[in-house]
Amino acid sequence: MTHLLPRRALLAAPLLAAPLLAAPGTLRAQTQARLLVIGGGFGGATAANFARRNHPWLDVTLVEPKRHFVTCPYGNLVLAGTRQIGQITHGYDGLRARGVRVVHDWASGIDAAARRVRLAGGETLTYDRLILSPGIALRWGAIEGYDEAASEIMPHGWVPGEGAQTLLLRRQLEEMPDGGVVGLAIPANPFRCPPGPYERISMIASYLKRHKPRSKILALDAKEAFSKQGLFQDAWAQLYPGMIEWVPGNRDGRVTRVDARERVLETEFGTRHRVAVANVIPPQSAARIAIEAGLTDQSGWAPVNPRSFESRLAPGIHVVGDANIPGPMPKSGYVANSTAKQAVASAAALLRGETPPEAVYFNTCYSHVGEDYGISIVGVFRPNAEGTAIAEVPNSGGVSPRGNLPENRRLEALHADAWYDSITKDMFA
Amino acid sequence: MRPIPILLSSLFLAMPAWAQAPLAAQGCIGCHGPNGAGIGSVPGIAGRDRAELVAQMNAFRANERPATIMGRIARGYTEAEIIATAEYFARQPR
Repeated sequence: MTHLLPRRALLAAPLLAAPLLAAPGTLRAQTQARLLVIGGGFGGATAANFARRNHPWLDVTLVEPKRHFVTCPYGNLVLAGTRQIGQITHGYDGLRARGVRVVHDWASGIDAAARRVRLAGGETLTYDRLILSPGIALRWGAIEGYDEAASEIMPHGWVPGEGAQTLLLRRQLEEMPDGGVVGLAIPANPFRCPPGPYERISMIASYLKRHKPRSKILALDAKEAFSKQGLFQDAWAQLYPGMIEWVPGNRDGRVTRVDARERVLETEFGTRHRVAVANVIPPQSAARIAIEAGLTDQSGWAPVNPRSFESRLAPGIHVVGDANIPGPMPKSGYVANSTAKQAVASAAALLRGETPPEAVYFNTCYSHVGEDYGISIVGVFRPNAEGTAIAEVPNSGGVSPRGNLPENRRLEALHADAWYDSITKDMFA
Repeated sequence: MRPIPILLSSLFLAMPAWAQAPLAAQGCIGCHGPNGAGIGSVPGIAGRDRAELVAQMNAFRANERPATIMGRIARGYTEAEIIATAEYFARQPR
């Protein structure tokens, strides 16, 4: 195939390249470098957008099978009934307007040595640097009886796809009679969005409180502790007294088997919980394409360089988003956004024969707990001096303070909405 | 937390403007909107006075300024990053 520079790049290139006229080899490399991005979510859309905004000499192609992206964040508000799925659905026209070539196809295989990617539709794309942001795979069968067919009865709602899983869970909540039990199965770490299951419990509770107040939530957890735990449990006691039972792993909370037809969640020690609606969030790994390309280790996730996010197992491929091993950082949309920018800046530097820039990563994760009630966890992270690991900056970050702070809770709920609008603009506009 | 001496920061601020947002400034954009223009309940930081932005970040670091999340975030920045970030957003259109 031919690689035509987007028009915007042709206009910008002479200006940007002017200081480099003395080095024609470098100039040629700069104006023809191909950045291929696989995956159009928080990592990939950010990468493509950031590359065109900040490194307009890059020829950027984005491969994403879906024509619309439904965000995981704010999916729990669709369950609560306070957002519609259309409000969390985004298209790729903004990226096209920035000069990104958007290809709606499946990337079916990566040849890291030849720097080539095969698409299911038959096309082969070559690249100078690849940003791979493929997301997660659900490990079907890790919970006995929980496969793709079972997820049509007991939705996971953790990989929204076109939104069908989120809408299925919403419909089941709507159809459930008052007095029913909503059961959740929550996995061990690491998994996508550590506070997500607990925001979900809160948002389901807010719906039940308004419409089905005699109903209960039974949260069966493989863990003994969870993100923002004190804040969530304070809010549950205040807003939804008696409605939520959370069962930790050491009190037989780990779900090991399901019977989808009977809507039964069975735990490690054989307790069978029959529920009216079951939301099973199964154990996860990096998406299949990362595993098949040999980018993952025995953990099922992709080890990366803490500064460039380049794969430790295959050169030329930067793995961003939930598929990688991000050290102490959570698998969150904000971390995907932040690390994608560093990965692109590093890829651009390496293409110019330069050292990747100093890295600093940010995380901001809000959770809605009730109407006008938001809480957060934030973090600032850096690679260590040796470049071998990532560490949180001491004395920074952390969760919202506990206690009776109604103004803070109201403000954080508003800031969460602003966060959503801001980060999705940064990705798609 | 030790505040940044005003004289020292003035010296840094006199340095030539960067062409792009420093990566530390990218950390703000996820909530403050593209280019820091502000969005919804989150105030704009674009086009604000550089020294004011530096002073506010230092006040957040020292817990001297009421905050929801900014105190926790500001304590993660280095002094040089605060200056570079303030310099960048001061140059953005409001």
